[in-house]
Amino acid sequence: MSEPTPALQTPSQTVGPFYGYALPYAGGPELVPGYHPRAIRFHGTVTDGANEPILDALLEIWQADESGALVRELGSLDRDGFTFTGFGRCATTIAGHYTFTTLKPGAAGTAAPYILVTVFARGVTHHLFTRAYFAEDAALHEADAVLSSLPADRRDTLICVSEGIVGGAESYRFDIRVQGENETVFLDFDA
Amino acid sequence: MTQQTTPRRGTGPASQNEITAEIEAIETDAAARVAAGAPPELQPRRDYPPYRSSLLRHPTHELVRVDPEEVERVSPAFGHTDVNVLESDLTIQHAGEPIGERMTVSGRVLDGEGRPVRHQLIELWQANAGGRYVHKRDQHPAPLDPNFTGVGRAITGDNGEYSFTTIKPGPYPWKNHMNAWRPAHIHFSLFGTAFTQRLITQMYFPGDPLFALDPIYQSIADADARARLVGQYDHSLSVPEFSLGYRWDIVLTGPKSTWMESEDADE
Repeated sequence: MSEPTPALQTPSQTVGPFYGYALPYAGGPELVPGYHPRAIRFHGTVTDGANEPILDALLEIWQADESGALVRELGSLDRDGFTFTGFGRCATTIAGHYTFTTLKPGAAGTAAPYILVTVFARGVTHHLFTRAYFAEDAALHEADAVLSSLPADRRDTLICVSEGIVGGAESYRFDIRVQGENETVFLDFDA
Repeated sequence: MTQQTTPRRGTGPASQNEITAEIEAIETDAAARVAAGAPPELQPRRDYPPYRSSLLRHPTHELVRVDPEEVERVSPAFGHTDVNVLESDLTIQHAGEPIGERMTVSGRVLDGEGRPVRHQLIELWQANAGGRYVHKRDQHPAPLDPNFTGVGRAITGDNGEYSFTTIKPGPYPWKNHMNAWRPAHIHFSLFGTAFTQRLITQMYFPGDPLFALDPIYQSIADADARARLVGQYDHSLSVPEFSLGYRWDIVLTGPKSTWMESEDADE
């Protein structure tokens, strides 16, 4: 904050309710096809302060590949069905639910692997960042700078619930509570 | 953040006068904070009661400050294989010409130090000239235009530049309060070189009489900050007998986290 910057940032505005014909795209939620041998289901429900589903949220995920590398391949919008780019976009359903098909990331220079999740919605004036970690990596979480800084009850909001094999794929549930009881921890990156 | 006003609840929609009073009270509060030495609010308030949808959709906990890791310091790569160059012209997507004022919106995408954001994805969507979106939940009884969808995409150029050809969108009513109307606007979605720079926002048009009444535009309590959302008419960008030109530069946050990468790219 101390150094002057020559250009002042353009403020955010809500995505509004009417992005549905513009931002979602074919293949957006499928970072890998469901038949990939190591595909995982990454899904959950987005709820508001009244515990009602947010049916007009848009989620984006961004993650490393299985080795922990950010691959930076082209093709996030025009998927070829084989190239893993690490980016996905999914609108919630009428039930406030989202589902991505992806790979479990490796740790990218950090103690524990996670998926970066960005939430946009009508009523959300400025998008919300959060991270989805994995319960099976609990041994690594103590060394994670973010998780180790949080009280236990809040830390749990950043950890997926492992559901085992569902429909042939390892399933992880990551519910996002924008407000209220068990409110998800949202992150402000110092950048 | 504390608020100086409490929205009326439970007895039907508020009037414009009530909403305007709430807006003005918050702006007065924000100005007082600046006068007391606080930095101006560069972003909208997440808890902005005049925008009723924000009431149950803002976190009540402070955001947790985090140093970005590598995941956040890079961004998806998009390129011309992802976006057809024709997608920047919203007037050629159908058999006929859309109805409305044909216009271009051009500008540059920059980072916080004024450096161009090159070869990144920029997406845009908007209502048609009558103020209607091609969206099933938009039930505003203005006509759909069979020659206008209102969606465009582009990849920024070597100097961060972009240009879209479209028609000027119309204002439209919404249900935030009685007789609520959104000023004409175009939605923009942008990526930077780091995911922390991700931005979705709206561009407005100069001199709109609805600005003072609109709780979405006014959710940015600082007048100078929200003025950055207004594109400027630029006669040098108007094309004789064809289109009116607007210029709008977009500045992302950052770029502390991408300093090394951008410096390398400059060499």
